Amino acid sequence: MLRIKNLESGYGRLKVLKKVTMHIRSGEIVTIIGANGAGKTSLLKTIAGLLPARSGEILFDTKDIGNLPPEKVVFRGCSLVPEGRQVFAPMTVRENILLGAYTQYRNGKGGAVRDDIERVYGIFPRLRERERQLAGTLSGGEQQMLAIARALMARPKLIMMDEPSMGLAPLVIRDIFAVITRLRKEGGTVLLVEQNARAALGIADRGYVLETGRIIMEGEAEELLSNREVQRAYLGRDLDAEGKM
Amino acid sequence: MYWEPDKECLDREELEQIQIERLQSTLTRVYQHVPFYRKKFNALGFSPEDVGSLADLGRLPFTTKADLRENYPYGLFAVPMREVVRVHASSGTTGLATVVGYTRNDIRMWSNLVARVLTAGGVTKDDVVQIAFGYGLFTGAFGIHYGAERIGASVIPASSGNTARQIQIMRDFKTTALVSTPSYALLVGDTLQEMGIPASALSLRYGLFGAEPWSDAMRREIEGKLGIVATDNYGLSEVIGPGVSGECLERQGLHINEDHFLVEVIHPETLQPVAPGEEGELVITTLTKEAFPMIRYRTRDLTRLLPGTCPCGRTGRRMSRVTGRTDDMLIIKGVNVFPSQIEHILFEIEGTEPHYQIVVDRKGAMDEVTVLVEVEESIFFDQMRRQKEMMDRIQKRLAHELGVHVDVRLVEPKTLARSEGKARRVIDNRKL
Repeated sequence: MLRIKNLESGYGRLKVLKKVTMHIRSGEIVTIIGANGAGKTSLLKTIAGLLPARSGEILFDTKDIGNLPPEKVVFRGCSLVPEGRQVFAPMTVRENILLGAYTQYRNGKGGAVRDDIERVYGIFPRLRERERQLAGTLSGGEQQMLAIARALMARPKLIMMDEPSMGLAPLVIRDIFAVITRLRKEGGTVLLVEQNARAALGIADRGYVLETGRIIMEGEAEELLSNREVQRAYLGRDLDAEGKM
Repeated sequence: MYWEPDKECLDREELEQIQIERLQSTLTRVYQHVPFYRKKFNALGFSPEDVGSLADLGRLPFTTKADLRENYPYGLFAVPMREVVRVHASSGTTGLATVVGYTRNDIRMWSNLVARVLTAGGVTKDDVVQIAFGYGLFTGAFGIHYGAERIGASVIPASSGNTARQIQIMRDFKTTALVSTPSYALLVGDTLQEMGIPASALSLRYGLFGAEPWSDAMRREIEGKLGIVATDNYGLSEVIGPGVSGECLERQGLHINEDHFLVEVIHPETLQPVAPGEEGELVITTLTKEAFPMIRYRTRDLTRLLPGTCPCGRTGRRMSRVTGRTDDMLIIKGVNVFPSQIEHILFEIEGTEPHYQIVVDRKGAMDEVTVLVEVEESIFFDQMRRQKEMMDRIQKRLAHELGVHVDVRLVEPKTLARSEGKARRVIDNRKL
């Protein structure tokens, strides 16, 4: 579904991504793990068209989407749930969700929007309860749900999520991750960027480890979970200390 | 039957995407963790970031057996020893083995690849697999063992030798698949005949053979004698052990597990890639190994990549049977023997002349090696007892250091043919 080759991008003179090569097959959950500043968010932004690609290629459904403007990327079927939710605080929950249907209206599929709203309310019953509330008054977890719901309204083939667990309580994280698993079950494809590597690898099929803009490891989630370098650096396990117990 | 259909039947484009991803991350890791590779890359002004396509691999230096020996034992490991859960080794020319290591993930991956090869060769979870490779430092036995267990087959770790007992196990335990060297399979066939046991009294269905060069004629002989379908599989410890490639039941070449190994075929002298389909030396780069990644390892094995696709549906390219070696290494009963090893030992023994010849024969099913050694005249004029002592001493030393039995014959000085230029040390009479 998504095939990236030798992708490079950055800010000013700073090169953040260095020849990143990766892919996602339809129906997969793939996670990118890595420390702060490794380039995870830049990678998603480059795919989404928010950050220009300097070189390399991004093929989405075999068509090059490198350097398409962000709205065109959404039209092609690739949506981003940005880091920090970025919901429109002074608007109601329902209005926020409707904004996500922008591409559907443009495609002349406005009639289906009502069904789509029902679908996201089915996934997030809490949002239906808070339909008329201003988004700014929602809790962090609810805002995250809203951000995902808004992205789903574009009926993306691929949904990219940037740190959906950030700042959330463990129980809420569990709910959000359950939703991600459900999306895959319903035929969706997910690219998940997470600092919470253990949780992400727990639901992902495969993962890539990004370190200072380079992919240093890739593999099935199970393999990465049992890799001791990954355990030490990203899962917070100190095996040497455990060994002494 | 496939073990991992989604991986064994990948379309070419997707396979190449996976290969380049894995190549880039492997190069990044070896550059970070293995000083040997870092130095080599730096000397060439090469950075892992320079690799954007599979073709860029050609700019990297080769790795040879000598590099492994110079970094004996752990110098090429890419992870600390505490992450290594297994160590294997293969014999080297001067007594120094080459040592390889595996992480837990490596063992899991290796088991899977062997499971692919076994499945392609007909093995299922319902089979009783008798492994007649020597259990020990050699990768063959443990590699196959873990793969067969992974499939869920019933594994009999019979190890090598004691043919009559092997046959008894085969008959009583109702072995359905035999894993061994091809020459050992022939010996089993011959011994069956001597014991008057017809192949039909056994439950054998499949034979998976490797660790030694063999031919289609030999395959037919083994199949006839044991009443089985025999397949060939290939691997080497420096790369992983068994599991690099193996034949499917179509038996039209060995499918390479290309999502884990990148292969090239080069001309052994010019070191340039040969034309597609031409014979040359196989060069392998590992794409997923953690503990012991190998970059462009020169296997010294001669093969060629076969054109076209296999009717079985696997998309991994196929290599022909290994037809020989680019160096003088002999594979005797699955054990690697270099003539220089023998030379080295002979030089250490007093009373021998620097002239010797190694004669390899195939008697029945088994390889027999005879070393002819010129000895000082005085020994020949001496009593028989001294000659006998000397023969025994040489024989014991050789068996001890080579790990395989060889016969020794003492000859008078100047009786071995002298050739001009390069001495013809090895006479290989085996017709494979």
